[in-house]
Amino acid sequence: MAEYKLEMKGVCKSFPGVKALDHVQLAIRPGSVHALMGENGAGKSTLMKCLFGIYSMDEGEIYLDGVKTEIKDPDDAMKKGVAMVHQELQPVPARSIAENMYLGRFPVKKYGPIQVIDHEEMNKLSSKWLAELGLDFDPKALLGTLSIGQMQCVEIAKAVSHDAKVIIFDEPTSSLSDKEVDFLFKIMNDLRDKGCAMIYISHKMDEIKQIADDITVMRDGTYVGTWRADELTTDEIITKMVGRELTNVYPEHHHEIGEVILECDHISSIHPRSFQDVSFNLRKGEILGFGGLVGAQRTELMEGIFGIRNLSGGTIKVHGKEVKIKKPKDAMNAGLGMITEDRRGTGILGCLSIKDNVGVSVYNKYLKYGFVLDHPAINKVVDDSIEKLRIKTPSKEQHIANLSGGNQQKVIVSRWLANDPDILIMDEPTRGIDVGAKHEIYEIMEDLAQQGKAIIMISSEMPELLGMADRVYVMCDGHLRGEITDPADMTQEKVMSYATMF
Amino acid sequence: MEKTKKFNFKDFMINYGVIVVMFILVIYTGLTSKNFFTMNNFANILANMSYRIVIALGIAGCVITGGCDLSAGRMIGFSACLAGTLLQKIDYAGKFFPGMNPLNPWLVLIIVMIVAAIFGSITGFFIAYLSVPPFIATLAMMEIIYGLGLIYTGATPLGGYTAAYTGISAKILGISGLVWIALIMSGITWFIFNMTRHGKYMYAIGGNKQAAEVAGVPVNQTMVIIYAKAAAFYALSGFMIGAKAGGASVNTGLGYEMEAIAACALGGVSVTGGRGKVSSALIGVAVLELLKVALQYLGVDANAQYIAIGIVIFIAITLDIQKYVQKK
Repeated sequence: MAEYKLEMKGVCKSFPGVKALDHVQLAIRPGSVHALMGENGAGKSTLMKCLFGIYSMDEGEIYLDGVKTEIKDPDDAMKKGVAMVHQELQPVPARSIAENMYLGRFPVKKYGPIQVIDHEEMNKLSSKWLAELGLDFDPKALLGTLSIGQMQCVEIAKAVSHDAKVIIFDEPTSSLSDKEVDFLFKIMNDLRDKGCAMIYISHKMDEIKQIADDITVMRDGTYVGTWRADELTTDEIITKMVGRELTNVYPEHHHEIGEVILECDHISSIHPRSFQDVSFNLRKGEILGFGGLVGAQRTELMEGIFGIRNLSGGTIKVHGKEVKIKKPKDAMNAGLGMITEDRRGTGILGCLSIKDNVGVSVYNKYLKYGFVLDHPAINKVVDDSIEKLRIKTPSKEQHIANLSGGNQQKVIVSRWLANDPDILIMDEPTRGIDVGAKHEIYEIMEDLAQQGKAIIMISSEMPELLGMADRVYVMCDGHLRGEITDPADMTQEKVMSYATMF
Repeated sequence: MEKTKKFNFKDFMINYGVIVVMFILVIYTGLTSKNFFTMNNFANILANMSYRIVIALGIAGCVITGGCDLSAGRMIGFSACLAGTLLQKIDYAGKFFPGMNPLNPWLVLIIVMIVAAIFGSITGFFIAYLSVPPFIATLAMMEIIYGLGLIYTGATPLGGYTAAYTGISAKILGISGLVWIALIMSGITWFIFNMTRHGKYMYAIGGNKQAAEVAGVPVNQTMVIIYAKAAAFYALSGFMIGAKAGGASVNTGLGYEMEAIAACALGGVSVTGGRGKVSSALIGVAVLELLKVALQYLGVDANAQYIAIGIVIFIAITLDIQKYVQKK
């Protein structure tokens, strides 16, 4: 038996203008969970895409069980025992669980020359693998009826059914509730006992400490080092990732809190299972946190206030005056702005330039003769944003899709800053972006609060929520369960107790 | 050194391959055929391109938002007929409205553009507010407009236009009036696409409709305007065809919508939305038109020309799409 289940040596990969990977190595022991860490843009995902055959390497070698292997494409990777649980799942929700598990390799019955899909066999096999992981789903149920966490479990079952030697988990917990994370870890522990090698990519330090055996750190496309997980403290990991000491993660609060600017009274969703009877207020110069478990309907509540979703009742007052918000435009006219959670789905305009992405919501403000766009003025706004928010890009004409997640988020922030709202809703503002960019986003938030803007921040990261917010509301199951105003009360335990008041 | 040179050539061909091939074809045709490189021939080609450009400019807006417009051809026929009935000579024997004084052609142009825009906004309303897919909504409007055209004209072809109307296609400064109209429309469209909110909203919707909505773009309103504006362009095109041909029938413009969509795609308007310029539409129309004429001069069977056009579309779009396919 080889010392390592998987070894990658001297991997290089270039994209036009960027050296994404520069002689990176990775060695995974059998029966271990190997955390791959680094800021966004460090090259983790690129390395995994090389391993999974989505990208081809410019240089480098892959060894599976000590044997040199070449992986041509994802199909080839799966045949050779490498499976990947994607950051963004790519299943077929309108088909059954079993069909999703056996997509591309359906068991068949042969009638002479004619092959027919053997549904019975497929369902039986699926049941078997699901049961192996302790899942009791009906393989005939449509995949779309499951939660994201459950779908992920199906993905894992699929990987296991492939007899995978190496399973890549690319930020699997980013949209899971704590309960689902616990369940995922239980499955991972079982797989470890069976000798499976797992690569685990995550930005959540506490998870890494909980599940990982080894840690490999990457920075700017290079290999930094590999350590046993118990040899490193969280601070040390961060130091190695960013290559600098992070002294104060959250900026100090210097903003002054003023009068009430937004009042929501008994607002409810048109869907009975979404948010119901929520009342809260927001003050000028305040950073208001919304905590809760994933699925607590915080996003839905904010989207309801912003006019993306429909309300069945309740009133919204801005500056003491009631406003009717039917669509995002109404909300903007009332002085609201919103940075949504799903950056790719409802944030960026992928095939357009940075300039167009910033400009889109402010064209009304930059007009000559009432209808001609004032391009010089817009250019200035965009250039200022790029400089002020330190957006890394060759020019403002660059397509936003070519930027890293953190820089994309900064462009979206620029869009709303240009729009100059009194109230800015930020839904998971730092999701999926690296530590450095996170800190910059925090500084922007503090800066805005000092200018007297009111900010609502939804965050599923407890330290961020408690570190940034002046006051915290906690939601559970569509209802507001608690408000924490006293800084002394702002503890994880307090938030958690409200968040689990089902 | 060698390597970079080769790389540049490949990139260049992906970007401008269609245009290069067109140039070669045009030059080859010019050298082997006698009357190809003549002012007269090019004046003809330009005149034939003129109304096709106007259609392509209209349809480009729909394509950029990720849609299409199948009703364009029938809109052209309907508008050409509507304009024709109002612009027949008073003493013409088969006059549609006997005894009616012909109107001013420019007034008629405004009338047909408004009528078409009303129908276009109905299509746009179904697409924007009732979420009917553009393919289906415009298909439905195509049928309706064709039926209306048949009923209105009684399926009779029109002719006997006033000199004021047909005179629009006369030459001004050596170039057909229709070409001037196409140029003006290109300028106006460029202005709309680049210098107005509406144009930027159109690109935003094509890029990501949900995100555009969240960013405060009046998505539904913009969609309606796009389809209404496109229909007005088709009406203008029908009006131009009538002036050029001196007559019209409900079948005028049949199939032009497909040609226009093909031209847009050839020129670089992304059929998945979000990308495309005025120059794309112009280049696309020019490529198709030059190809047709060149093949004609080279003595290629008229029926076989369709095959050639199809092949060019295949190759051009394949090359174009390589720019956007993620490099592995």
